Amino acid sequence: MPRYLARRLGQAVLVVAGVVVLTFAIMRLVPGDPAVAFAGPKATAEELAAARLRFGLDDAIPVQLWNYVRDLVTGDWGISLRTRQPVREDLLLAFPASLELVGAALLIAIAVGIPVGVLAARYKTKFPDFGVRVASMLAVSVPVFWLALALQTVFASNLGWFPVAGEYDSVLDTTSPLTLWTNITVVDALITGNWPIFTSTLEHLVLPALVVAAYPAGVIAQMTRAALIEESGQDHARLERALGFGETSILTRFALRPALNPVLSLIALVFAYAIVNGFLVEAVFNWPGLGRYAVESIHSLDTPAIAGVTLLVAMVYVLANLVVDLLQGVVDPRARAR
Amino acid sequence: MTQTRVAEEPVRLRRTLPKITDRFAAAGAVLIVLVLLATILAPWLAPYPVDRLAPVDALLPPSGAHWFGTDKVGRDVLTRVLYGGRTSLTIAVAVLAMSAAVGVTLGVVAGYAGGWVRDTIMRVTDVFLAFPALLLSLALAVVLQPSVTTAIVAIAATWWPWYARLSASVAASISTRGYVDAARCLGVPAPMIVLRHVLPNSLTPVLVQISLDAGGVILTAAALSYLGLGAQEPTAEWGLMVEQGQTLFTTNWWVVTFPGLAILVTAFAFNVLGEGLRNALDPRRVVK
Repeated sequence: MPRYLARRLGQAVLVVAGVVVLTFAIMRLVPGDPAVAFAGPKATAEELAAARLRFGLDDAIPVQLWNYVRDLVTGDWGISLRTRQPVREDLLLAFPASLELVGAALLIAIAVGIPVGVLAARYKTKFPDFGVRVASMLAVSVPVFWLALALQTVFASNLGWFPVAGEYDSVLDTTSPLTLWTNITVVDALITGNWPIFTSTLEHLVLPALVVAAYPAGVIAQMTRAALIEESGQDHARLERALGFGETSILTRFALRPALNPVLSLIALVFAYAIVNGFLVEAVFNWPGLGRYAVESIHSLDTPAIAGVTLLVAMVYVLANLVVDLLQGVVDPRARAR
Repeated sequence: MTQTRVAEEPVRLRRTLPKITDRFAAAGAVLIVLVLLATILAPWLAPYPVDRLAPVDALLPPSGAHWFGTDKVGRDVLTRVLYGGRTSLTIAVAVLAMSAAVGVTLGVVAGYAGGWVRDTIMRVTDVFLAFPALLLSLALAVVLQPSVTTAIVAIAATWWPWYARLSASVAASISTRGYVDAARCLGVPAPMIVLRHVLPNSLTPVLVQISLDAGGVILTAAALSYLGLGAQEPTAEWGLMVEQGQTLFTTNWWVVTFPGLAILVTAFAFNVLGEGLRNALDPRRVVK
């Protein structure tokens, strides 16, 4: 296990290094001169030269890359051209809100996807199975931004069942201000016992979380169904059948546990996907997370901010994969050999 | 999510297609044919010229004259949905062709060569795989001038590693076959072996993967256009149409609903067909 751990960690570090280099390369593709973008269109030659010096644009590319890596490691992720704040601080504020949304969505997706997958496997080729296959396929095929707009229009604007946008009612900031611990609003409200903000956040979470949950719920249901059907054809299932267990208890008591192994690694994969899918949903519901930050940065061509978001999400993705691989290495010794 | 599959036997599409007896997959194939026909025949099917502006007819609800209604500058939504399919499918074809060409080339070389060549290529693909497709596309689309071409390049840049991974594992298993050994013993040069033996036998899983990915590419392209990073006005494109109509959703639902449905139906059709093909190719997965 220690050797597996070391090898897997080494791989992850290598990938993160590659991610940094690639992000640097993309940002250097900028057609415009970053110095011009910073100094403004009316800058004099001296001001431009000063800006070039400040960003080290006159240095050789390897030197620039080295400086970039050094800054990143020491926590300097650059200054956003739009908010004029350090990108790292912006990200530390926005990321918890995204985690909140994606976390809620994944909980919904697991709570719906696994039982629905079991149902389909239990009644395979029957009507419930057909219904689940169509529904899960629709869930993975729906454009999220469109689903977000549709749910927002019907359930918030027209029916008024849920709030239209935002993370919680902003009036509450004055009536019952929130003490920040983790920056994740739901968690902070819960541990400080701030019930008005807690309930308001939950109400605001329902629609965006449902939209983000659609894709993960669909793939989890499909994967659970496929893994269960494969599992119920194994020898152990045949033995259980011979011993007189019913199909339902074979599935839920014996087949489900081994079948959940691939489902778990799938969840890590969809986690990063859900964050990026959440970008579009956050833009629609004005959720103060990474997505809204990224979309606003895109419209103002704020390259340091975009680079920051890109790096952060890629790192989260690498980390999620690492955690799952290590967990599987613990659970299943065969995985270490791979 | 994309899966890597190692083919035990070289499989041929010709022998696979008749095995799709699943009605569900067949329905997907029929839907795709309908979508393709609708987009190819758009100039003949569309009731109005694609850029016909008629401010007098702005925001008409669906009716006999305008089945899907009109948008805020009076353009026929049905016409633009039909033409929008051309943009989306063009993007999908270009992205998949580029990704498959780059990915399969690198993958087959990696799989056949093995050793450090394979390790190097695979580490590079790992880096690209760390970026979810939409994310890298966002970053690229920001630094490049937004357009359909940019969207194609950006999406292809995130999609090729999947093909590299897939074809590397297939090519590696084919390279150990007897007929490849035989060719090597006869002194056939390596490039020839790759071209004549390894490449052709690696292609079927790639084709299946392409059909599985088409839906995802269409969704990503629509998302980029929705964010203003893909197709630009006056190009008809589904994601862009949703973006342009989003503020009107409560009052004029048809402007947003129909382009969104078009994306959903097209992605659904490709996903269903892709799943059917994969099941047909993989006997373990066939569930009847």
